[in-house]
Amino acid sequence: MAFNYDPYIRSGKLPHIWCPGCTFGIVFKSLLRAVDSMQIPKDDIALVSGIGCASRLPGYVDWNTLHTAHGRAIPFATGLKMARPDKKVLVVSGDGDATAIGGNHFIHACRRNIDITVIVLNNFIYGMTGGQHSPTTPVGHMATTMPFGNVDPTFNIPALAKGAGATWVGRGTAYHVPALDKLIVGAVEHKGLSVLEIINGCPTTHGRRNKFRTPTDMLLWMKETALPVSAFEKFPAEKTVGKFPIGVLYKGEAKEYSETYFAMVEHLQKKQEGRGD
Amino acid sequence: MGTLKLLQGNEACAEGALYAGCTFFAGYPITPSTEVAEYLARRLPLIGGVILQMEDEIASVGAIIGASLAGKKAMTATSGPGFSLKQENIGFGMICEVPIVVIDVMRGGPSTGVPTGPSQSDIMQCKWGTHGDHPVICLTPAYVQEIFSETVRAFNLAERYRTPVFVAYDEIVGHMRERIEIPDKGVLPVENRRRPTCSPSEYMPFDDTQGDVPPIADFFSGYRQHITGLNHAADGFPVNASPRIHTDELRLLRKVEGNRKDIIRYETVMLEDAEIVVFGYGVSGRSGKSAVELARAEGIKAGLFRPLTIWPFPAEEVAELASRVKAIIVPELSLGQIVLEVERCAKGRCEVEGIFRVDGDPITPDQILEKIKEVG
Ligand SMILES: Cc1ncc(C[n+]2csc(CCOP(=O)(O)OP(=O)(O)O)c2C)c(N)n1
Ligand code: SF4
Ligand SMILES: [Mg+2]
Repeated sequence: MAFNYDPYIRSGKLPHIWCPGCTFGIVFKSLLRAVDSMQIPKDDIALVSGIGCASRLPGYVDWNTLHTAHGRAIPFATGLKMARPDKKVLVVSGDGDATAIGGNHFIHACRRNIDITVIVLNNFIYGMTGGQHSPTTPVGHMATTMPFGNVDPTFNIPALAKGAGATWVGRGTAYHVPALDKLIVGAVEHKGLSVLEIINGCPTTHGRRNKFRTPTDMLLWMKETALPVSAFEKFPAEKTVGKFPIGVLYKGEAKEYSETYFAMVEHLQKKQEGRGD
Repeated sequence: MGTLKLLQGNEACAEGALYAGCTFFAGYPITPSTEVAEYLARRLPLIGGVILQMEDEIASVGAIIGASLAGKKAMTATSGPGFSLKQENIGFGMICEVPIVVIDVMRGGPSTGVPTGPSQSDIMQCKWGTHGDHPVICLTPAYVQEIFSETVRAFNLAERYRTPVFVAYDEIVGHMRERIEIPDKGVLPVENRRRPTCSPSEYMPFDDTQGDVPPIADFFSGYRQHITGLNHAADGFPVNASPRIHTDELRLLRKVEGNRKDIIRYETVMLEDAEIVVFGYGVSGRSGKSAVELARAEGIKAGLFRPLTIWPFPAEEVAELASRVKAIIVPELSLGQIVLEVERCAKGRCEVEGIFRVDGDPITPDQILEKIKEVG
């Protein structure tokens, strides 16, 4: 039976702002299916974003939604989570939003291992402002501020997240949709800071300047270059050149921040009562 | 009778926040404001509250806005360079009408400036620090007791007008110790934001038919809503070319400027027959008070106007004074900021003279007395 998106979509707010061929719509629907499968009541979940095309996603979802400033979604989400640790807090962010202007917040949220799900829609470019290079634009690619080919080295988002202390790290693509639904469930279910990078295509400001003639070409590129992490790890190095792994890339154990904080509060309050004053 | 305590200004600020019901603080250490965070770090966990040391000041304001949207009374405190960093998200708080309190303990600048020295040179940054048009409420206490009571008032105003409120004081009163009385619970009013009474399906976060300060619903309370820093319609969703932007921006201004009588507070000393008035706030207001007493002892008709609310500016009061006095003297620890406002309101009807000092020392009563005699 076809999935019914209506209960989750703020239909009055459509049409969305995304271009034809933009892959963000695919991710949007995957997110709704994933969260629906977890049966989280709409009142108990917040979706927070920064600024950019990716960050427009919350406006279309009938949850508690917060569209903040460029790069700043994670601090706002941290405030929400620490105010209401019993609720689910998700962040959706662009590659520039999460790793350039918001990079400091990103690594510190990972370090704290606070129970927030950070979903980074990596389209390798600053989409909203028209195609400037981002910290994930591949070297050699054309961008309006790198008109002779990008020479600025890139971040590997999952490696960055793992290195900074995130306890769940995954990567999916807008092409591998059934797998993406599962990855989103895994990221949201995980207690602690989870980072899910989702490879996306921006045909308007990146694809057409970089030999992807059509939006479909970008999806086919994902199909051809992504390898399930199990296969990626088994293959000899020369066979994985130019490929990237998808799936759950890392799972670690560490104390979750809000739980640790409120355990301290409880302990202090008990001690105080014990003193009887 | 409340509780008597010997407290530093910054500690009194923290006590004021607790009295007002603050349960959430996020900040980043910086001299001379750090004691606010340190005091709250010892107290908030004991009452189930949250203290967060964030990665920077930008994040601190983000976190308290998030907490406030979830229904908490939230505050941050900072100085100089940190105050500059906070401006971006303060603007978000203004356009999204989120009640928060921001403490700025002023030190010398620009840049790192004089971390341990007093200053009053952020006063225009309070007004214009974040980009765009926006209303500003800024309180300027001068005594440790007043830091306590004005912090309580800051929370009340933030809740009443659904907006960020600043409390700005200089390093001297921030670090000074004075005996203060913390009133018993219930003695000072403590206000809470107006929350919606309609059903969630009818709720609109910026519904101006509900008055200039629409009710605010907590996140996760069943009133699902969208909050964005883009200009927005009554339902909270973006608008970009509409008379709505104009009317909404005017409403934001009106809810502060239109309630000046409620927001503006000041102390006056012997203004009735004054010919020369000292207009001073914070530590400069304290020196001004002593100078006025010294001048009176010498038979000079001097008086004091000491604003506790600097924004919105007490424009009508200054205009009235200017129409009947010979001169207004404005001592301030800057190279001349608030004096411009006084000149603007005096409209040339009396002399306006500044006394400026930025060498890390306060303006003394003698300095002011000398000026009183000079213009007298
Ligand atoms: C402080 C600030 N700096 C710059 C901008 C302009 N700006 C808006 S979106 C954006 C880049 C968005 O890129 P990304 O985060 O990758 O999101 P995308 O649009 O690609 O989804 C920039 C630079 C801004 N809004 N705020
Ligand atoms: S500019 Fe790119 S990222 Fe933005 S909506 Fe268009 S295709 Fe999507
Ligand atoms: Mg991008």
